[in-house]
Amino acid sequence: MAGAALPKAELTTSGRPILFPNEIECSLLSNVELEPEGSPPLSSSIHLRSSFMILTTHRLIFVSDSSSAAASAAATANAASYVPLASVAHIFSLKKSIKSMFASPRLKFQLSVGSDGRVGGPAARSLVVTLVMRGKDDVEAFVDKFRQNWGARAWEREKESESASSGSSSIVESSASSSGYDSRGMRMVGVAGILRREQEMWESTDKSLQDAFQDLNALMSKAKEMVMLAERMRSKLLSAPSQAGSSNDEELGSKEEMQEWLLSVGIVSPVTKESAGALYHQQLSRQLADFVKIPLERSGGMINLIDMYCLFNRARGTELISPEDLLRACSLWEKFDVPVMLRKFDSGVMVIQNKSHSDEEVFARIKSLITRPDALQMGVSAGDAAMTLGIAPAMAKEHLLTAESRGLLCRDVSPDGFRFYINLFPEIPTDDIYLVKDQGIYATWIKCASSTSRLE
Amino acid sequence: MQTLGNFKLPPFFNYPPYFTLQPVRDTREKQVQLWKELILDFCKTQKIFLIGLEEDFPLFSNPAIERSLTHEAREAFLAALVSEGRAEWLDKGHRKCLILWHRIQDWADIIINFVKDNGLEDSVTTVEEIRTGPESRGTDLQGVDRVILMRALKLLEHKGKLVIFKGTSADDEGIKFSS
Repeated sequence: MAGAALPKAELTTSGRPILFPNEIECSLLSNVELEPEGSPPLSSSIHLRSSFMILTTHRLIFVSDSSSAAASAAATANAASYVPLASVAHIFSLKKSIKSMFASPRLKFQLSVGSDGRVGGPAARSLVVTLVMRGKDDVEAFVDKFRQNWGARAWEREKESESASSGSSSIVESSASSSGYDSRGMRMVGVAGILRREQEMWESTDKSLQDAFQDLNALMSKAKEMVMLAERMRSKLLSAPSQAGSSNDEELGSKEEMQEWLLSVGIVSPVTKESAGALYHQQLSRQLADFVKIPLERSGGMINLIDMYCLFNRARGTELISPEDLLRACSLWEKFDVPVMLRKFDSGVMVIQNKSHSDEEVFARIKSLITRPDALQMGVSAGDAAMTLGIAPAMAKEHLLTAESRGLLCRDVSPDGFRFYINLFPEIPTDDIYLVKDQGIYATWIKCASSTSRLE
Repeated sequence: MQTLGNFKLPPFFNYPPYFTLQPVRDTREKQVQLWKELILDFCKTQKIFLIGLEEDFPLFSNPAIERSLTHEAREAFLAALVSEGRAEWLDKGHRKCLILWHRIQDWADIIINFVKDNGLEDSVTTVEEIRTGPESRGTDLQGVDRVILMRALKLLEHKGKLVIFKGTSADDEGIKFSS
């Protein structure tokens, strides 16, 4: 396969690259080709053509997209490989000539290659590679960004900070646990100690929060830190209940809630119009498909589009998207092989659901709900169904209406409200309206209904 | 079992959705069918010939479950009877409905039998006598709605079974049956 000498990049099921921790996506080019110079055995193993390429702070990721390919190619589809920016030895400047005005722009850079001809390992020699950009993207902006990311050396900084943070935290912990004194020489035991430590932590957290909110630009630059902070706070909270045995239910509840909030922060590298350009909606669609999995699971396989809009934008932080963008991203799912789909109910309500989500299962649950003795007598409202099914009332109503249209339920509109009952009409014989079969739901209903009237 | 006067109500009369016009086609067809049966049954046993949509009609509400039919639902069920020839609107505004628990043709047959049973062939009687006379006591003709009776008589006149003529009093007509 082309590009065999390049390391493989992992992709999500919807075909978005899985980024390294702290890696941020910066730019996206469509229709590119990597052309190495030199003799065939080596160059052919690097040569590759891909439908789009993503520039991140760490890598150049080449993705050959499946959406344009035939279905038979599904096995090899979504194959991706990458060039680590660390292996880039030099970037030549973009050649400007009369010729380049007509041909696709070409960017040359030098790549370090291992003695075995593989990219990404220890460098043995270097190779000049040409990046041919055939897409209609802003090439100059990309080259600037490329140069900038390459110069920033994010991958090196990370290694340093990793070793630094792990070292310092172990020191702090060991000193705190061994001596039992804090930096100011105060005793750090008992409830007071815990409170003080918590207070200190909050003070520092508070400070970084304040810094972050000074202005939006500052927040953007702090975004990565914020997500890390959220992660840290979450793990702290996770471990907290075990040590604080005295904490009451309310505290526990609020902690769980806090965890939920922290979990919902956190798309580190949101797809933006700026970074994705012409492929914005396509990429947004894929990112959304990856994102919805967890909220979908939590809400029973179906979630209101409006709820999803809120969750998605909250996770994106400041790079908010418009409702139109969300809708377009969702409607693009039809073209990709993703496990989720957009569904429109007869009432016009739109939801996101798993493809595997079956109405039959929901109907089975509605049926068991509606045939309980109290539901037989009184029917159920959308609110009742929402509580039993564990979903939002609006969603429950959609399910009930769908069940009604299938003839499972029928409605009762009265001053008491809008309620649903099991549909008995098919059970009642028309030739003798007084006849009741001994078996069946009609007989059960009569038993239930008559038992209440006797009570009254 | 719930009753309305001496009329025995079916069990589904206490089923709240029975009183809400169902939007789903299959369900609604069945509901309309059940209402048609019940209305005809009730009117027949209670000898009711006319239903006013704006007046209280005992069948159209169930105080036990606090449900009653909306105007729209009443009109829908009666319209279903009309389309089957088991009822007729008496006005364009659909405010009054004549219930034909016997079709006009069936009423005509009843009259013929009544004439035979009482040996009224070739004799003269009046419309009022058929409704209130001693001969009709105990039959379906007793107290029959005048509009319905006139319809049936006109049908028979059309077939040459009788002749209707203006009687001596202004509000009654004479009938001569042919043999």
